[in-house]
Amino acid sequence: MHTLREAILAFRRSPLLTGLSAAMVGLALFVVGLFALATHNLRLALESVEERIEIVAYIRNSARNDEILLARRELLALPEVLGVELITKEEALEIARRDLPEFGELFTDLAVNPLPASLEVQLRPGRRDPETVERVAARARLYPFIEDVQFGREWVDKLFTLRRIGGLTASVMGAAFAMVAALIIGAAVRIAVFARREEIMIMKLVGARDGFIRRPFLVEGAITGLLGGLMALALTYGTFWVVFRYLFSVAWIPAEWAGLGLLSGTVFGVFATGLAVRKYLREV
Amino acid sequence: MIKLINVTREFQGKGKALDDVSFHIKKGEFAFLTGHSGSGKTTALRLIHMADRPTEGETRVSGFSSDRTSRREVWKLRRRVGFVFQDFRLLPGRTAHENVAFALEVTGARSAGIKARAQRLLTQVGLAPKAGSMATELSGGEQQRVAIARALANEPLVLLADEPTGNLDDRATRGIMELFWELNALGMSVLMATHDLELVRKHPRARVLELDQGKLVYDSMKAATAESATTDEAEASTAGG
Repeated sequence: MHTLREAILAFRRSPLLTGLSAAMVGLALFVVGLFALATHNLRLALESVEERIEIVAYIRNSARNDEILLARRELLALPEVLGVELITKEEALEIARRDLPEFGELFTDLAVNPLPASLEVQLRPGRRDPETVERVAARARLYPFIEDVQFGREWVDKLFTLRRIGGLTASVMGAAFAMVAALIIGAAVRIAVFARREEIMIMKLVGARDGFIRRPFLVEGAITGLLGGLMALALTYGTFWVVFRYLFSVAWIPAEWAGLGLLSGTVFGVFATGLAVRKYLREV
Repeated sequence: MIKLINVTREFQGKGKALDDVSFHIKKGEFAFLTGHSGSGKTTALRLIHMADRPTEGETRVSGFSSDRTSRREVWKLRRRVGFVFQDFRLLPGRTAHENVAFALEVTGARSAGIKARAQRLLTQVGLAPKAGSMATELSGGEQQRVAIARALANEPLVLLADEPTGNLDDRATRGIMELFWELNALGMSVLMATHDLELVRKHPRARVLELDQGKLVYDSMKAATAESATTDEAEASTAGG
C-alpha cells in the first residue's frame, strides 16, 4: 500500500521529471518500434515472394492415372511438402490460354494438345531453402513417368541469399537499436533517481530498510517504462497509419511484438531503476 | 553508548581522516566534537552511524559493533540513533508534518498512530502551528526543528548532530541548543560536531572532544581528571611538607 501510494505521489510531486523520463523511454522505444514495423513488412514481402517457389514435375503422356495419383500421395506425405496439385493436360492448356492471350490463336487452333500434365509441388513456409527444393525435386525426378522437373534454381538461390542478408541485418540492427534504447532508458531513469538521491539517503538515515526504499522506486520505474512503451506504441501506430493512408499499403506489427515491446519497456524500467537506486543505497 | 576504540579511517590516496581515535560517550552525556574543517568530525559521525567503517579499530553504538553489524543490519542501529544535519535535509515536496511522519512510516509504524505521533513530535520541538507548512516555506531554525522532530521519531537513545547550527542565526541557534539540552535532560546522549568554538564556550557543562588532522588532541573529561589528580597530588605534598 505504502509502495503504491509513494510511487503515485512521486509522479504527482515532480510530474515534469517523471514525464520527461517517460518521454525519453517512449522515444527510445519508438525507434525500436519503427524498426520492428519496417522489419515485419520486409519479412512479409519476402515471404510473399517465397510463396511463389514451387516445383513443377512434368508428366509423360504415357503415364497411367493410378501411378500419377500414387506419386501425388507420396510427395504429399513428405514433411516439407505443403501441397501437390495435379494439372491435367486440359487444365494446362486452359491456363496457357488465360495467361498468355498473345498466343491465343496458336492455342485455339491446335489439333492435338502439346502441353504436358504436371504435378505442382508447394513447400511449407520455412522449408523453401535451396537444399530442400533441390531434394524434393530430386525425389520427384525418381518417378520414371516424370519427364522433367523445374523450379528456377538460380531464382531460389538469390531469394534465399537475400533472405539471409535480411535476417542478419535485422538481427544486428535490431540488437544495436535495442542497445541504444536500453542506454537511453537507463540514462533517463538514472536522471530521475539522481534527482531524488537525497530522499534515498534520508530514508536510509532514519532507519528504512533497503527493500522499503527500493519498492516505490521500482513501481515508479515500471510505470515509467509502461508509459514510455505505450507512447512508443502510439507513435509507431501513428506512423503506420500515415504511411498506410497516404503512401502505400503496409501491415501492422503482430500483437505479440507490441506486447513484447510494452513488457520489455516495463521490465527494463524496473531493472534500470533497481541499478540506479542501488548506487545510492550503498552510499549511506 | 558511543565508543570508538583505536579507530583509524584511511582513504586511499588521501591519507588518514581519523588516526587512532578512542573515546567513550556515556548515556545521558552531552558532548561537542570540535575541530577545524577537515579535522575528521564528519568522518567520525559517519563511522558512528555506520555509513562508513573504520580501516582499523572498532566503533560501538547502542550495542552495535562495526565488526559485527553487516550493511543489511545497519537499519536496526539507525532506528536507535537520531541524526541532524547542517543543511537540514528535509524532503522539499512535503510539509513539516509529512517530513516527520515519513520517518515513522519507514519503520513500519501503524498508520493509525503516525499522524498523532508526528504532531506530538512537532509540538515537542515547538513547531506544532507550522505542521501544515511546506518544508521550503519554513525559516532555517524552523527547518532544523522539523529535522530534530524527525530524528526523534524512533525515540533514539543517541542524537548525532553535524554542525546543526551552521546555517542558523544567533537566535535560532540559541533555540536549537536549548532544545538539545532539553532532550539531554530526558536522558538522551547528544554528540554535536561543530567548528564554532564560541558556541562551545557558551555551554561549559558539555564535554568537549577536539580533533586535529584526524587525531583526538583534547578531551575535556580527561583534562579535568588529570587536573584534579594534579591538584590532589599538590595538596597531598603540601599537607605532607
